[in-house]
Amino acid sequence: MITSATAPGSGRETRDSVVIRFAGDSGDGMQVTGSQFTLETALAGSDFSTFPDFPAEIRAPAGTTFGVSAFQIHFGGSDVMTPGDAVDVLVAMNPAALTVDVRDLKVGGTVIVDTSAFNERNLGKAGYAKNPLEDDSLARYQVLKFDITKLTADAVKPHGLTSREAHLCRNMWALGLLLWMYGHERAATIEWLKRKFAKKPVIAAANIAALNAGHAFGETAEMPEHLVGYVVPKAVARPGRYRTVSGTEGLAWGLVAGLRAAGIEKMVFAGYPITPASALLHTLANLRAYGVVTFQAEDEIAASGAALGASYTGALGVTSSSGPGIALKTEMLGLAIATELPLVVIDSQRAGPSTGMPTKAEQSDLFQAVHGRNADSPLAVLAAATTSDCFDVAIEAVRLATKYMTPVIVLSDGYLAHAAEPWRIPREADLPKFPVSYRTDPEGFHPFLRNSETLARPWVKPGTPQLEHRIGGLERDYDSGHISYDPDNHARMTKARADKIAGIARDIPLQDVALGDDHGALAVVGWGSTFGPIHQAVKIARDEGRDVSHVHVRYLSPFPRNLGDLLKQFDRVLVPEMNNGQLVKLLRAEYLIPAEPFGKVTGKPFRVTEIVQAIRKIGGERK
Amino acid sequence: MTVTTITDAQLAPKDYASDQEVRWCPGCGDYAILKAVQKACAELGLVRERTVFVSGIGCAARFPYYMSTYGFHTVHGRAPAIATGIKLANPALDVWVMTGDGDGLSIGGNHMLHVLRRNVDLQIILFNNEIYGLTKGQYSPTSRRGTRSPSTPLGSIEYPVSACGFALGAGARFVARSVDTMQAHLVATLKRGHAHRGASFVEILQNCVVFNDAVFDHVTGKEVAADAQILVEHGKPLLFGKNKEKALRLKPGKLELEIVPTGSDALIHDETNRPLAQLLAALEPPFPAAMGVLYCNPAASYEQEVYAQAGGSKGTGDLDALLNSERTWEVTS
Repeated sequence: MITSATAPGSGRETRDSVVIRFAGDSGDGMQVTGSQFTLETALAGSDFSTFPDFPAEIRAPAGTTFGVSAFQIHFGGSDVMTPGDAVDVLVAMNPAALTVDVRDLKVGGTVIVDTSAFNERNLGKAGYAKNPLEDDSLARYQVLKFDITKLTADAVKPHGLTSREAHLCRNMWALGLLLWMYGHERAATIEWLKRKFAKKPVIAAANIAALNAGHAFGETAEMPEHLVGYVVPKAVARPGRYRTVSGTEGLAWGLVAGLRAAGIEKMVFAGYPITPASALLHTLANLRAYGVVTFQAEDEIAASGAALGASYTGALGVTSSSGPGIALKTEMLGLAIATELPLVVIDSQRAGPSTGMPTKAEQSDLFQAVHGRNADSPLAVLAAATTSDCFDVAIEAVRLATKYMTPVIVLSDGYLAHAAEPWRIPREADLPKFPVSYRTDPEGFHPFLRNSETLARPWVKPGTPQLEHRIGGLERDYDSGHISYDPDNHARMTKARADKIAGIARDIPLQDVALGDDHGALAVVGWGSTFGPIHQAVKIARDEGRDVSHVHVRYLSPFPRNLGDLLKQFDRVLVPEMNNGQLVKLLRAEYLIPAEPFGKVTGKPFRVTEIVQAIRKIGGERK
Repeated sequence: MTVTTITDAQLAPKDYASDQEVRWCPGCGDYAILKAVQKACAELGLVRERTVFVSGIGCAARFPYYMSTYGFHTVHGRAPAIATGIKLANPALDVWVMTGDGDGLSIGGNHMLHVLRRNVDLQIILFNNEIYGLTKGQYSPTSRRGTRSPSTPLGSIEYPVSACGFALGAGARFVARSVDTMQAHLVATLKRGHAHRGASFVEILQNCVVFNDAVFDHVTGKEVAADAQILVEHGKPLLFGKNKEKALRLKPGKLELEIVPTGSDALIHDETNRPLAQLLAALEPPFPAAMGVLYCNPAASYEQEVYAQAGGSKGTGDLDALLNSERTWEVTS
């Protein structure tokens, strides 16, 4: 929290940017609280970045540390690119939330607690021998102790709720208080509550009463000495219409936009429930009006099979999963590569191996995406850097899949899937167009006749007269498409498949430098959701006078054609990634450069400071 | 929703054959099945470009290469999933799944279960030869106990799955059985399956001349067929034997069948009765094996209902409206 002057006339202090974390039981509604705070922040004109962090258990036993669900938002006047390293304000709804989350609170930071929740039972579950509110263990922080339970109960009393129902309104009281602290409005939240509880007007009214009571608590003279209001400046943003977007929404809408851009009538999206990928299936299931048919298959294999069957039919086949499910789709990716059919595969990566940590993010499926199949099986791999980038990457995946008749894997992750940021809404008219053409001409046709430029084979819809043909997983003759076990032909086909994917490099943008010069002492090279922390870290390092640049790779297979030459212009190359060193090995293998790994595998995104320290260790001073 | 109103009445069975050389072993039952399918296609007047044969892996799975229609030879066991995607993308296509006992009931057992219970409008033809042929003769999930094979040198100790029993248990709404060598019966059965809207499951007892020769002889042999098979027909008494002198009836007071002389209250076949179909599917010696349509009880097909839910949407929704749904805000310079 960077303190500036007191805002003139408002009696409020100004803060350039603030990091707030709402933490409580998984049943306390922290995700909803965070989302609504985000919406009000957006409407107030701040830039923001959010990080929901919730347990794999749906309703872990109340009061336990493993049942703590948290939502972090970083907002401010400019350049908010990460959810924030350290927390300025922690709202801890119970002792478990306090013990889990206080470690991320800045020294001198504010913690707001519900005193009623700090009873013997909850303290015991959280592992506290003594009540931390009654000793000096929190002396480094400003502790604001409110009996939120009782204040909420009082506020909702006129609505005649049960004590259980009243208890569930606590999050709205806390939200009301935080909205007051930062001078945010409540209107959008009130509107949302009315909509959400349209069939339970009493519950809606009680929640609104709790929200208003929390707000009024700050507004009136009940303020304790440390509770003051703040002003956070509006962000300077490109003019236009904005909304919040999560990575899941970005991908879903991007797929629809890609479908439109390709001029394809129908998308068949086939998935199987898996955390954190399911949200994409849920989002697309509501988009029937946009030509989307969703299919919840019996397993991951069937999901990929149905998607490929749809592509064979001339529709856009899309399947989605997380690492363990992508592993099951492997054989179908092989068939898509062999039969040269378009297929878009979204991988929302999570910590592994095996089941790993389903709700925690990792970037450890890069090897699986690029190389994880039997035989020589090249395909295209893209990675989304931010939640708004998800939209553009999904469109690009559709373009490449249909133009090159190939599967394309899009790497997202559990963090991107749920995180949200402001997004400048594009207009459909401004989006790229890349209409597909289906082969209908029987003259000289065979199914593996290649386009001389792209090396793609023709896409034929079954139903087209005189183009009846058979394709499959058996090797086929280069010149006729018929089954062939000829040794030279297999070598030729293997090369053709490789050349086709390699050729995509001619059709994608050159690798740019996200920040800094195109040469120098150090390039920090990232991919995927680490964009924000790397960018901020490089900015800080450059402000310290270091000769550092940020290179962020979207195209991971094939690489942009200038990537090797670009990286060779730097003395050293550091590759931060949320895995044990995958991109770094691909870069070393491809370009014979001594790129250095910097992995983080805690299931949590990088902190900016972690990357800054790694840069400082290397030095990167200007010569 | 298979569109059969547009037909091609001029085509002969040979017009459904591709230009590819058929590569099954000489004497394989698959030849007879190929012939029967091509004959059924001609008699139904199927339009080649609207017909798709989908297969997994195995001897039976080579089938699409030998048809002049569209064809997709896919991954072991997965043909039902791929066929489901095809029907979801274009319900107007006439889609056949060609599978075997290993492909359909072992590696693809899960997909078979779900495609049947969903009732996707497909013809699913399962070639049952009780053996893995293409991998050189290992026992399969339909092999009988005691089957000696390279992987069971002392004889299989597993209990086999009944293909028709499985299909009925999965909720299939059309289940039939025929034999590779019974051409007329097979063609008629395939045509019945094609007429059924929804998933139609046809088990064909098929002889593997190399690895499991004569395994069905006790049922299909010319001398024994009349006594070892019962040809079921809806609304007709369940009679068998050379002179139809034997009948099946329910044993009084029990839910099981017994063989009685014809004339003493034979059971009438009701193909809409699932418990009866289960009893017929399970018949083993000394009972005759049931052939024909064991069960047929149509309902709306899966893809038909998917599109009914979409309410005839053309998929042309306003993308700008979607992107601007929920809360937005304007930033001015």
